[in-house]
Amino acid sequence: MKLYGATMSWNVTRCAVALEEAGAEYEIVPINFATAEHKSPEHLARNPFGQVPALQDGDLYIFESRAICKYAARKNKPELLKEGSLAESAMVDVWMEVEANQYTSLLNPILFECLVKPMLGGTTDQKVVQENLEKLKKVLEVYEARLTKCKYLAGDFLSLADLNHVSATLCLFATPHASVFDGYPHVKAWWSGLMARPSVQKVAALMKPSA
Amino acid sequence: MAPVKVFGPAMSTNVARVLVCLEEVGAEYEVVNIDFQAKEHKSPEHLARNPFGQIPAFQDGDVVLFESRAISKYVLRKFKSPKADLLREGNLKEAAMVDVWTEVEAHQYNPALSPVVYECLINPAMRGIPTDQVVVEESLEKLRKVLEVYEARLAKHAYLAGDFLSFADLNHFPYTFYFMATPHASLFDSYPHVKAWWERLMARPSMKKLGATMAPKP
Repeated sequence: MKLYGATMSWNVTRCAVALEEAGAEYEIVPINFATAEHKSPEHLARNPFGQVPALQDGDLYIFESRAICKYAARKNKPELLKEGSLAESAMVDVWMEVEANQYTSLLNPILFECLVKPMLGGTTDQKVVQENLEKLKKVLEVYEARLTKCKYLAGDFLSLADLNHVSATLCLFATPHASVFDGYPHVKAWWSGLMARPSVQKVAALMKPSA
Repeated sequence: MAPVKVFGPAMSTNVARVLVCLEEVGAEYEVVNIDFQAKEHKSPEHLARNPFGQIPAFQDGDVVLFESRAISKYVLRKFKSPKADLLREGNLKEAAMVDVWTEVEAHQYNPALSPVVYECLINPAMRGIPTDQVVVEESLEKLRKVLEVYEARLAKHAYLAGDFLSFADLNHFPYTFYFMATPHASLFDSYPHVKAWWERLMARPSMKKLGATMAPKP
């Protein structure tokens, strides 16, 4: 399989984590935004919105990171989705939605201000960062309560719901604001567990800017 | 089998997202209103269903869920039948296409379209806030670009995930229904395949039935 996009994008590396955990054979093919490669006809055929990531598996093209992650899991490691069990798959879906709608939706502006804007020659808007960190704390309270009851988000089993959090959280730890997790010991423990996984270590290494 | 329960106002877009799925699979359900004015969404009872204090929430016996798309998928899986297989989880390629266009609704379509619904309908009618035309114009610009992609897709297939109705199409119902009640409904006229797809959806009994209960009051 080919995963198109740069490893500095946490939407691309979200897929890399899923592909690694699923044990899929894949390669990352960089897309050069500086030369507008993302708007080239070749790339628009993979992702009509001209964005990354996109995945190619034979003659199948998939885009939108969470759709790609689900495809990788369904194909290579379906136990990450539990689609055979009504109750368990529902929990996986709930916490995958929470990741997208409650958690990463707040990390996105923080990561943009702290990591992307400076690279583009802009200045971090600390007000935006602080507002979103405050909202994130409320969300982490919910996570803390959940992870006090269960080892992982969907229950006592690792699922795609946990894995989908990794890429953006790795980026958060590259900003000065990782300490937001300090008030939430079960969340911290959950995160340490995820960080220890070989797949996550491998993707973390991919994300480091080259020397 | 006891009817499943959906918690939240029936007119709310994310509640309607779940209801259209229940209607399509022919499941028995009841809607239990949550009174926002009385801060019922922040009550301990409701927080036990949805720890973020939002709607919808859902109960089927011991199963308690929140997040409208997760609830919807549970419903579509549980009540799946030969007539109604709206997730296609038995087929890798088809399921992938359902997922792709479900994500597109969430991350491309809705962010462009929903501000128009908020500015033109919800803010004036429910919050006494006047329409911000700048937000409306910016959103319509984004929506045009999104609809160009939809037009190309729907020129090739009758529905978004392929030549079969799926969860991806159903997800578009609530917000698009309200968009059609704004002064900007005619935007869809420039995208004939999109317009035809929308009319096909609205001809379905599920959407006609829910549309009648959701129609903004004059």
